[in-house]
Amino acid sequence: MKIAITTTGNDLNSPLCERFGRTPRFIVYDTDSGSFEVFDNSVNLNAPQGAGLQTAQNIARQGVSCVITGHCGPKAFTVLQKAGIKVFLGQGSMTVKEAITAFNEGKLQEAQSPDVEGHW
Amino acid sequence: MIIAVASGKGGTGKTTVAVNLAFVATPRPVQLLDCDVEEPNAHLFLGGQPAKKKEVSVMIPSVDEGKCSGCEECSNFCQFKALVVIGKTVLVFPELCHSCGGCRLVCPEQAITEVPRPIGVVETLQVRDDLTLIYGTLSIGVAMAPPLIREVKALASREVPLTIIDCPPGTSCPVVESVKGVDVILLVTEPTPFGLHDLTLAVDTIRTLGIPFGVVINKAGLNYSPLYDYLEKEKIPVLGEIPEDAAVAKAYAKGELPVYSVPGYRAKIEEIFRNLKAMVNGLEKM
Repeated sequence: MKIAITTTGNDLNSPLCERFGRTPRFIVYDTDSGSFEVFDNSVNLNAPQGAGLQTAQNIARQGVSCVITGHCGPKAFTVLQKAGIKVFLGQGSMTVKEAITAFNEGKLQEAQSPDVEGHW
Repeated sequence: MIIAVASGKGGTGKTTVAVNLAFVATPRPVQLLDCDVEEPNAHLFLGGQPAKKKEVSVMIPSVDEGKCSGCEECSNFCQFKALVVIGKTVLVFPELCHSCGGCRLVCPEQAITEVPRPIGVVETLQVRDDLTLIYGTLSIGVAMAPPLIREVKALASREVPLTIIDCPPGTSCPVVESVKGVDVILLVTEPTPFGLHDLTLAVDTIRTLGIPFGVVINKAGLNYSPLYDYLEKEKIPVLGEIPEDAAVAKAYAKGELPVYSVPGYRAKIEEIFRNLKAMVNGLEKM
């Protein structure tokens, strides 16, 4: 299974990014092989609008089942839901690796709805 | 002649100046356009008979999923991310759509048609025989003012000799849309740091647009000299000053027009209008 984690860095020891749409990068991690790939998201970091939508579309393209981020607004949530991607909420104090461990141990909460307003 | 009343900062007295001007300015008849569609309020001071009401819509895409191949051309084309493609499902976000119609044109499957999305209403009030008000009201939850402002301006008569446009505050798209095509802009400011700050933004915007303008200092008498220094340095014509006066605020709070209820106010507005006309005539001779 592939999961996407929003991050400010380039590897598994980087911090989780709490912002979804305007995350600078995201990591796609394969739980079966333990391999990962980093995707640049800087275009959306600077987008005037629609950052959440576009980030969700980019993540959906990678064929992931779940995404771990800090917060997710209504439009991004709608897209992820439509793509069948579950949203799990972590904290910015976690590294990507810690977020994956917490996810594997079932310690992360699944968001049933957007947890913030748009443009928070 | 078409005059826009703008300000930069909100609450400087745009609507007060525009509405009072609409009663005393000549030649008549006059039409007043309230383009502050997010918060129209000129009608509160005017009364009169409702003459017309028009529902306004913009066109947004509707996708036939039976025809969609999921190629993402539409989503890639859209500068505003109003379409998102997930597999063969296209999600449309109407509030982000600027109604350019581009997605329909680039769709290789002809899967996109356009459907109307209501955004607000434009109403016409016959205030007096010689004064008409046209104003737009954006629907709650709609964030895009320019299409409705365009409709307010489109419904204005081309035959009326004098049109006064009450603009929204700020310097962004709604203001630019409101002042587009006017002959002159009357910028209402106040002698405060906020008034000056936002005036400089408005001046920058208007100079970029290349429209002649003059300034009216409302609530004058607050002795804020940086405003006067700025106007002098930038060689901006001051068309008049309206003194700070509690009687104006009281009249406003009662929905009365200061030109009729506050002594000396009418003379001030007439003076401003004379100076404005002289400025425009001077420009035409150049």
